[in-house]
Amino acid sequence: MKLYRSHVLVCGGTGCHSSGSAGIIDAFQAELKKHNLEDEIKLVSTGCFGLCAVGPVVVVYPEGAFYSGIKAEDVPRIVEEHLLKGRIVNDLLYHDHAKAEDVVSTLDEVEFYKKQKRMALRNCGVINPEKIEEYIAFDGYKALARVLTEMTPMDVINEIKASGLRGRGGAGFPTGLKWEFARKAPGDKKYVCCNADEGDPGAFMDRSLLEGDPHSILEAMAIAGYAIGSDQGYIYVRAEYPIAVKRLTIAIEQAKELGLLGKNIFGTDFSFDIELRLGAGAFVCGEETALMRSIEGKRGEPTPRPPFPAVKGVFAKPTLLNNVETYANIPQIILNGAEWFSQVGTEKSKGTKVFALGGKINNTGLVEVPMGTTLREIIYDIGGGIPNGKKFKAAQTGGPSGGCIPAEHLDTPIDYDSLAKIGSMMGSGGLIVMDEDNCMVDIARFFLDFTVDESCGKCPPCRIGTKRMLELLDKITSGNGEEGDIEKLEELGNNIKASALCGLGQTAPNPVLSTIMYFRDEYEAHIKEKRCPAGVCRNLLRYVISSDLCRGCGLCTKVCPVSAISGERKAPHIIDPDKCIKCGACAEKCPFHAITKG
Amino acid sequence: MSRFILAEHAEKLAELNRIIDEYKGKEGPLMPILTKAQEIFGYLPYEVQAHIAEALDIPISDIYGVATFYSQFSVKPKGRYKIGVCMGTACYVKGSQLILNELIKELGVQPGDTTEDGRFTLEATRCLGACGLAPVMMINDDVYGRLKPEDIKGILDKYRDK
Repeated sequence: MKLYRSHVLVCGGTGCHSSGSAGIIDAFQAELKKHNLEDEIKLVSTGCFGLCAVGPVVVVYPEGAFYSGIKAEDVPRIVEEHLLKGRIVNDLLYHDHAKAEDVVSTLDEVEFYKKQKRMALRNCGVINPEKIEEYIAFDGYKALARVLTEMTPMDVINEIKASGLRGRGGAGFPTGLKWEFARKAPGDKKYVCCNADEGDPGAFMDRSLLEGDPHSILEAMAIAGYAIGSDQGYIYVRAEYPIAVKRLTIAIEQAKELGLLGKNIFGTDFSFDIELRLGAGAFVCGEETALMRSIEGKRGEPTPRPPFPAVKGVFAKPTLLNNVETYANIPQIILNGAEWFSQVGTEKSKGTKVFALGGKINNTGLVEVPMGTTLREIIYDIGGGIPNGKKFKAAQTGGPSGGCIPAEHLDTPIDYDSLAKIGSMMGSGGLIVMDEDNCMVDIARFFLDFTVDESCGKCPPCRIGTKRMLELLDKITSGNGEEGDIEKLEELGNNIKASALCGLGQTAPNPVLSTIMYFRDEYEAHIKEKRCPAGVCRNLLRYVISSDLCRGCGLCTKVCPVSAISGERKAPHIIDPDKCIKCGACAEKCPFHAITKG
Repeated sequence: MSRFILAEHAEKLAELNRIIDEYKGKEGPLMPILTKAQEIFGYLPYEVQAHIAEALDIPISDIYGVATFYSQFSVKPKGRYKIGVCMGTACYVKGSQLILNELIKELGVQPGDTTEDGRFTLEATRCLGACGLAPVMMINDDVYGRLKPEDIKGILDKYRDK
């Protein structure tokens, strides 16, 4: 076995890839060759490290030097200084926003990682996802081996039940119980499906898992197949994730070559095959029954339950469907035991949760924390707080199905039940942070616009109801809101929640209802005063030139696309509110900051 | 729009048949076949849908229903150059409708459609965020601002020569 004196890990996740990490890898290959270091230095392209805000990321071991924001031009210097001369290149290291003076030199010192517990993400940023040998080296497929040789199907199910693992797709249904239902369902042919149709805007947990550690999903599905009595798995993955599709394809091929998938795995009489099925751009296909209809080659329209998928799923056979992150936890539970897993987390929510941090937060990226970590810890300790000195306003969890959480609930420990209690939900893991410059009515409208567009159209409550809600929100944000509109939204929202056919419709009103619950005053300002407190809703903005600050230079008049500004040279200018289209060009141009919007 | 005649695309038809043969025996073959067919032809012409319907013994109405449900599938061809005319407020007030009308006249297609030669697809878009340059249109990644209807022909000619 070849021993290298140093390992250079370059993040190959989608985020860093888009920022040029492929070029960085090429540059390293060229430089290592140039300096004859190929036999001493191992170059590895890994999955997502998580700190996407500062990508592209390169980590050099054994020091654990955490280089961030790297460009291909930096590579020769890293190779010469660090790899050849042993001198870490300080100015390329990650600098913690919160500690402007401190230079961080190793991964362990990064504040971002200190409170995280990377269990589902254990291999992301560590192994090369395109090399099965590296997965195996980190105990890969050992759980499957144990299951097939030492455990019965019920042993497996009992272990998962005891662990307390709940579905990570958002609903949080007890995973062991779901496996048990599928096992008990009568039928000679059963299916194991993986929901990799991660559609929530702002969510990229599953993408990173599929790109960074695809084998963990394959192994987990095979374990599930053994447990429920299935020999065929399908991974339904978004077409918009080309890197994930590529890595999964390679992983399946490699697993088959080594006999870890396919016929008679590990020489037992258990056979399991996995096929990829691509989506085609429909958010609703993340819903379990719609997903199954799509695999069957139909329109992705949900179907009523009962019958539940465990009894009658894809191709009318008993089907187990779990989310990517749920599967990612399975191998470790088998290897380390249910108790190892259930020691982490809260009483009713065991284990960890992966979150995708986005919006008005310094450390955008992927984090994994034990259940029970507070929102405050995630946003401030791990997330690095709100940029530009702005004030936190709300955090949205659960995407278009979720609710917003205001400052008063920042100390809520994150788990399935506590979030539901305050009007939100865990969701798949998207966590969008908003500050004082975001308008909550506009945010509600934004989410509803999305769900209206993505509604399959089958049931009237969703097809018609959400559209009527969107019209009300458009009315309010354009300055035409009337008394009674808020009450209409509440009534309509509650009715739709109670009568829609599937989760998309049932949860579409959530962002509206929760913003009304916590930010009713903003709605009222829009309606009664025709004012947008955050200064976002264009029709409610009033651009005003301060006569004290205005020097009459006329620059604003020149940029105004509708000639709404008038005034004599050197005299205060004035904006005609009837002509003004609130594009903001004048305010941007004014060298004296005399134009304000409000 | 000249009618798409499948028989005139022998190579692509052969590729499509190869795909159909590969997936025909599998469960739920339609989605993979439509995805590959879209890759081969750039969109899903009616004739291709009919061919697949015949091969899989599925009613054409079912195929059409699936092709029109998913946003990634298109039953209309897309052109090499996508023209996006901004219909945001600033552009609208500065006469983007006139620009759009001129484009409709020059290209002979309505918004959402593509020219017969497959060169241009015309779309009316949401605000592009270049209001200071209103009215604005984009052709793929190129931005054209401060447009007057008389500018359109000259701009289009640049792409016609390519």
